[in-house]
Order: sequence, then structure tokens, then C-alpha cells
Amino acid sequence: MKLFESELKVVNIGLESFRQGLNDSGVKNVQAQFKPPLSAETSLFARTAKRAARITRANKKALDRILAARPALVGMGIALDVVPGMRKDLILHAGPPVSWEKMCGPMRGGVMAALMYEGMAKTPGEAARLAASGKIKYAPCHEHGAVGPMAGIVSASMPVFIVKDEAHGNYSYATQNEGLGKVLRYGAYSTEVIERLNWMEKELYPALKSALEFLGRIDLKTMVAQALHMGDEVHNRNRAGTSLFYRAIAPAVIRTCKDPERAAKALDFINGNDHFFLNLSMALSKASLDAGRNVKDSSLVVVMARNGTEFGVQLSGTGGRWFTGPAPVPDALYFPGYSKADANPDIGDSAITETNGLGGFAIAAAPAIVQFVGGSASDAAGYTLAMYGITAGESDSYKIPSLDFRGTPTGIDVIKVAKTGVLPFIDTGVAHKDPGVGQVGAGVLSAPPEPFARAFEHFARSLK
Amino acid sequence: MIKTVIKKGAYFDSVSLMQVAKKLNSVRGVSDSAVVMATKENKGIIKASGLLTREILDAGDNDLAIAVRASTPAAADAAFAAAEELLNRKPSRDLTGGERKAAGLEDAVKSLPGANMAIVSVAGRFAGPLAADCLEKGLNVMLFSDNVPLETELELKKAALRKGLLVMGPDCGTAIINGVPLAFANSVRRGNIGVVAASGTGAQEVTSLISNEGAGISQCIGTGGRDVKLEVGALTFLQGLKLLATDPATEVILLVSKPPHRSILKRISAEIKRVKKPVVAVFLGGEVGERVKGDFYPARTLEEAAFKAAALGKGQEVNKARELIYDLNLKAGELARKEAAKKKNSRFLRGLFSGGTFVSEAQVILPELIGKVLSNAPLDKKHKLADSMELSGHSVIDLGEDEFTVGRPHPMIDFTLRDKLIVSEAGNPAVSVLLLDLVLGYGSNPKPLDDILPALREAFRANKELSVVASVTGTEADPQVRSRVVKGLEAAGVLVMPSNAGACRLAGEIIRLSVKR
Repeated sequence: MKLFESELKVVNIGLESFRQGLNDSGVKNVQAQFKPPLSAETSLFARTAKRAARITRANKKALDRILAARPALVGMGIALDVVPGMRKDLILHAGPPVSWEKMCGPMRGGVMAALMYEGMAKTPGEAARLAASGKIKYAPCHEHGAVGPMAGIVSASMPVFIVKDEAHGNYSYATQNEGLGKVLRYGAYSTEVIERLNWMEKELYPALKSALEFLGRIDLKTMVAQALHMGDEVHNRNRAGTSLFYRAIAPAVIRTCKDPERAAKALDFINGNDHFFLNLSMALSKASLDAGRNVKDSSLVVVMARNGTEFGVQLSGTGGRWFTGPAPVPDALYFPGYSKADANPDIGDSAITETNGLGGFAIAAAPAIVQFVGGSASDAAGYTLAMYGITAGESDSYKIPSLDFRGTPTGIDVIKVAKTGVLPFIDTGVAHKDPGVGQVGAGVLSAPPEPFARAFEHFARSLK
Repeated sequence: MIKTVIKKGAYFDSVSLMQVAKKLNSVRGVSDSAVVMATKENKGIIKASGLLTREILDAGDNDLAIAVRASTPAAADAAFAAAEELLNRKPSRDLTGGERKAAGLEDAVKSLPGANMAIVSVAGRFAGPLAADCLEKGLNVMLFSDNVPLETELELKKAALRKGLLVMGPDCGTAIINGVPLAFANSVRRGNIGVVAASGTGAQEVTSLISNEGAGISQCIGTGGRDVKLEVGALTFLQGLKLLATDPATEVILLVSKPPHRSILKRISAEIKRVKKPVVAVFLGGEVGERVKGDFYPARTLEEAAFKAAALGKGQEVNKARELIYDLNLKAGELARKEAAKKKNSRFLRGLFSGGTFVSEAQVILPELIGKVLSNAPLDKKHKLADSMELSGHSVIDLGEDEFTVGRPHPMIDFTLRDKLIVSEAGNPAVSVLLLDLVLGYGSNPKPLDDILPALREAFRANKELSVVASVTGTEADPQVRSRVVKGLEAAGVLVMPSNAGACRLAGEIIRLSVKR
């Protein structure tokens, strides 16, 4: 028998104590973690196994398109003018569809801020009544080519970045990041919030827009690749990405902005907000993943997004269908004076970065934020390495120096997630559950199992 | 009072949980505890202990339930805190060498190129599909898990045969492949004797005895106990036999099993006839009736089988085995006379075993010395103990039977239950001899002396006529080091024999001689 003539190499699944005999004998061995599969319907796993060749081909096709995407920032515009399907009475939000009644506190706060910013309501009370009146429609950003962090609110007058996948011609959109503190995306709606939004529309946006017109385009893909080499994972850490963007845009702002004071204020705003790049890394991810949509028989995840109530997932092979489950409360590091009791369930479209192999999937690239994952660089590496077990491939552009420049794990395969029980690992900020308070912490979490179980079961059942 | 904590969606394997439960029982003020996944089966199990609370009833398959019976709320809280700490403990760095765990099978296979064996010990309901995946990836499988459905076992074994792979198990505790001990196995010499065993304890006993005799093992293939039943048709047993028949490193073959089904035995005999190597076989409690072939050597006990195989392996006459046993009996006879002299009123033998196969072997040896022997795992149904916890007359019990092991670790790891029985049986003045087995090696209790000596000392204090006879299965190379364990037991007054068969004969002889007096 071949086994008797070969060097014994053992995979141990279950009791770790069995490794003692192997280690004492000098036998190469590896401990495989075991988690129960997400679905108890074993026949569905058999169904997908039977069609494995076809699914693998479809996944390769989808992944190749995602990896081949060349997202670049090509301009800016007002949401009403550029975002497909945008209307004055429509408010886009993060995550899967949700009604006003079911919206969490911070998302309601964000909607109220947007209505006041749009001039449709004067006071918070008026805004809340209008929001609940049925006159305002709500839709997920994702259904309009857009993405938004935290509450992810996009209203008609908001300026947006326009990102184009130059390889496939599709577009994505994201607002300008407002910075930390009391901000709309965390559900704040006080006067200072509205004033900042107005300034961003009236001053920041024109300055950046002309600068971009001057530059023509900014290649976001190489910018993210470089940011990973500089310690970002472009979700919870965007310091390098923001710096790179600043270097690219600053000379053009100086050249195109007629008023030096305005130019300085715009640049200071970017410089003072380490997360300015987040919205761009999200739009880049959205543009890349949209390129991988609608590949028949593909089990790859193209959206992970949360609305603060539910966590939603979409697959390449199942069109625009959402698979949802309750959003978990993150186990985070909390700012002084706050605790898990104050935290809102997970919220925001920013998990699009993880879906694209960045964020939590690339946390090994970001040693500066390992305190979120246990404090050591090897803990962070462990999380990234675990994600290779549930992805279809590796990025050929985004590479992690500490893993010998291995490409980031990319293309979450819902079959692998369902089978191994290993859930996508997501970096996140934590919003206070009450509107208007803002961010109370940051941390990491595993995606909840239900959306993936449902997505898998639907996918497997509808396979021909 | 009983207090419960439910942790939603937290999965742990059952052995880790039982280790936690064991530790919780040692928290001051805690008299009993259960730490289980809230599956239907587990709810049934803990119902018996009275720990099944409303909360646990309402919890689901993927929820972890912790229940403790404590004297005060503070004691319960202390237990919960201890559980939390144990469950969240990260594996020590030195165990994993600082390396990471693979996220799943696929990841593991990628990170270990050339992997050719999987040891699977997850809960039974997940083990079948996992083992099938292992085969799919070209891995041989040692399936330690039990509670795998019969049809799954058949499917796995047929798939393995098609792919030219081995599925050892389910419920396979012991194997030695390419000299490497897998799961519950001893560190034995390598050599020219190949073993196929449908019994884990049997495999440990014969491989250790062979090694201690100076011969060695080429391969020891486990099959799991159900393999030789009619329904499975000895698929792995026959496959193992064929593999050893063609393995150039194997010159002698040793087969170990409880008696296979009649029609299966026929198939095995037919296969033995084709083997051009000497074959030794022990089917405990059964016999190979026919004369199979010239160099076929049946044996009644594990010891006889091991000694015969060792003699053949060393190129000696097979009769050497009989001489060895004769010499051992001579020494045992002297010991027995001395022990018998101190008996006045006591007369019963009680065997408390952690290895199931040893209970069978005891029932093969003891009756001709002392007459009827009762058991919870009787070879003959007529001799079934009415109540497994109520020992009567001469009786031998298997503490590894399901009735004792649900919710607690195997008695080879956790001595708690046997220690209790050692003390309570010794407290009965009619009990004359306690017969025990200690199984060393990987997987077993790493500090057997620490765990058994206190109970033995108490037993000797309570019963002045008591004799304790024990076998110690293992080798000098085992982590526990056999001679150290033997020395420790002897210092406490235990009569230690090299094999279980030897221990049974000595124990029986003591009873026989003292009754004669």
C-alpha cells in the first residue's frame, strides 16, 4: 500500500491531544479546526458536490472578473444627477432593505439628518414625522450602485465620488467621508452635522471635483495595493490610503481652486480625517464585485452589508436576491465611558471591503490595529490565513508583506462557508444604539451564520 | 440548587466539554455538573442526572449548556467562571509550535502537502460527512468518533476500497501506522509483525506485549468493533489482512477481534488460507473450529496470541510462547499461595476494567478457576449482572460501556468512577480480590499513579484481607513509562502482572486457593 511506503503526514480533526503522539514521533501534522456545517441538510451539500465542476468553473469566471476589475476615481457629481434611479423623495441606506419602522436608532438619525439637510424638514421632530409618513421611499445603496459606511445614507443633493471599473465599464458611487465625532453616518442630526454637510457640498465638493477634472482620473487599485504595503487594511485603518490620496489630489486642488483659503480648508479637512479614504476603498470594492455579478451557477458572495438590524448577503449566481439574518452586536474595544450595552448591532456597507478580500480579510497587513484582534501580529495573521479556507482564490494585486506578499483571500464561496462553518471576519466601527451619539468603539466580528446558511440553501436548491 | 447558563451558537467538541465538566466538579460546593451541546441525545443523557433544566430543554443543537448542582449561588458562579476560563483558554504555544490551526479540511490539506492520513474525532453526527470529504481528498482515515450510523460506515468503507484507501473505524481507538501511534496507542518497537485489530484495547495489549518481548510491529490497523459484524462484512478487516499479506515489511500477521459473525469468520478463514505468511489469531470467547492451514496459530488469550506472534517474529519456535506462559504461571502460583494465606472471611473477586476487551478476556480465563463470573458485558447472556452498579458474586465490569461513559471521559482518562468503586468494593468485607487494568500510552491518563493511588491506599486501609491484582499495558517508551507505574503500584501493595491474562490467572488462583482452604 502506498501509505506504508510514504512518510506519514496527518491532518488531525477533533481532539488536539492526539497530536502528542504525532509530535513525539516527529510526524508532520496539522490541526484542522472543526465547526459544524451551517446547514443540517446534508443532501444539499451532496447536490453542490455533484455539480462541483460546473460551480468551480462559474466561480473562476466570477473571480477572474472581480480580479480583473480596474476601479479608478473618474469624477464627482450630485447624487440626483449621477446615481442610477435616484429621486428627490428617495433615501438610500446601508445594508439590505429595511422599513422606517424596523430601522435602528443611528439609521433613523441619519435619515432625519438627511431630510433636514435636503431642506424637507426644519426640526428633528418634523423630520421624524416626514420619515414615517410614507412620502419618503427607502432603498439599499447596493441596489443603486452605491455604498455607504455605517448608516450609509445618500440623499438627492449629496455629492458623490464616481468610480469606474475601466476593465468592464461599470460604475459605483460613494459619498465624501465626514470625519469622526458627531456625524450623519453615526446617526447624528444636530446643527453642526447639517452645517458640515452643507460645507462639504458647497466648498469641499467643488474643490475636489475641479481637481479631479484636472487630473482626469486617479487609479484606486494601485493606491489600495500600496496602502496595504503601508499598514492599512483600508477598512478600520485608512491612514496610508488617505495620505496617498492626499498626495495625488493636493497639487491639483492648489492649481484649480481659485481661493487659496478654500483650497487649504479642503485639504486640511482630508488631512484631518484618517478615514477619508474609506469611502473610496468601499466604492473600489463595490465596482470590482459588481463586475463579478450574475454569473450563472457561481456561489461567490458579491455583497455583505448590514443595516443595523439585519445582515444581508448577495451571491453572484442568484441575482439581486438578499439573504438576511439578524445583525450581531460587535465584540469591540469601546471608547471610555461606553460598553457593549450601548452598542448598536452591526451596521454599514463597509463589509464590501471584506467581500473584496480587504478589511478583516487583509488584517495581517495592518499590524497597527492588531489590538482589535488579540494584540499580536500572529493573531492578525491567523485571521487572514483562516479566510483562505473560505475563498475561491487570491488577489493578484493586493498583497500582504508579512505573508511573503501572498495575495489577499478573495471571492468568498458560500459553499465553503456553509460547509466549514468558518464565517467571514469583518472589521467594523461601532455606533451608539441611540441616534445622535456617534461612534462608541471599534473592533471585529464574525459575520452571523443565518444569511450564509440561507444563501447556501437557496443556491443549492435552485441548481439545475 | 441547580443553575444553568446557555451560550448560543458556541460549538465545542464533547471531549473538551467533558474535561471542563470534570474540572467543575472539583470546584468547592459543586456536587455535579454537565457541560454539553444541547442536542436531543445530550438532553436525554443529562435528564438522568437531574440536571435537565427548562433553559436546557429550550436550547438547540448549536447551543452550549452548562448546568451545575451547587450548595450556594456563589459556588455556582465560581463554577461558571471556571468554565468560562477553561473554554476560552487558548492552546499553549508549545503544543502547536506557534503555528496556526487550519480553518478546515481543505485549508489543512493545502497547508500540509502530501498529507495522507486524517484522524477524525468530532461528534458522531458530523464525523461521517467529514470522513467522506477526507477520502475525497485522498486521505486515509482513522475514524475515532463513535455514534456513526451503520449505513454511513458501509458507504465510507466501500468508497475507501474503491479508492485504495483505509477507513479505520468508526469507533477505532488504536492504530500504529509506519511506527507512529495514532490516538490511544503505545510507543512500541518497529518490527515484522503486522496486526489487524477490531478492538482498541486488544491492539494496545498485543502490540505492547510484543514490544516488551523484544519483537516489533510493522503496522497495526484498527477496524472498529462493528467491522466484523454481519452487516459490515469485515470490509476493513479483510482489506487490512490483504494489505499486510503483500506488505514486504510484514512477515507475521496477528489478528485480534471479538468473535466475528459465523459467515464472516468463514470469509476471514478463506482469506487467511491465501496468505503466504504465518497467521496468529485471537477471537476472544470464540474459536476458529477448522484447521485453516499449517502455519495458522489460533490463541485463546491476547497474551498467548502476542507471545506466539513475538516468537514467530523473532524466528523462534512457536512453542516458546507456551514456555513463557508456564514460567509466568509458576511465579504467579507462589504469589497466589502467599495471598491466599491471609484470607479468612472474604471470598469474592471483583474486576473493575477500563478496557472492554479485557473484560472478555477475563471471562475466558476466570470461569475454569473460580466458576461463574457475572458481568455487565457478559460473553454469555446468562451471566449478565442485573444492575451494573450492584456487583455481586464474582463479577467483572467494563467501565467503558456507554452506560458509564455518557457525559464523562473514558475511564482510561478519567479514573473518578473506578476510584469510587475501588473504595466502595473494598469496603465490603466479602470482597477478597480486586482485579484492575491500567492502560498507558498516548491518549490515556498522563498521570495514572496520582489518580489511582489515593483510592488504593484507602481500599487497603478498609479491607485487611484485600488483594489487588493489576495489569499494566504499555511500554518503557510510553509517556507514562511502564516501569515507573509498576513500581508505584507495587510500593502501594498491588500485585502487578505483565499482561491482563496473567493478572486474571493470578486473581483467579488466589480465590481458588483461599476457597480450598
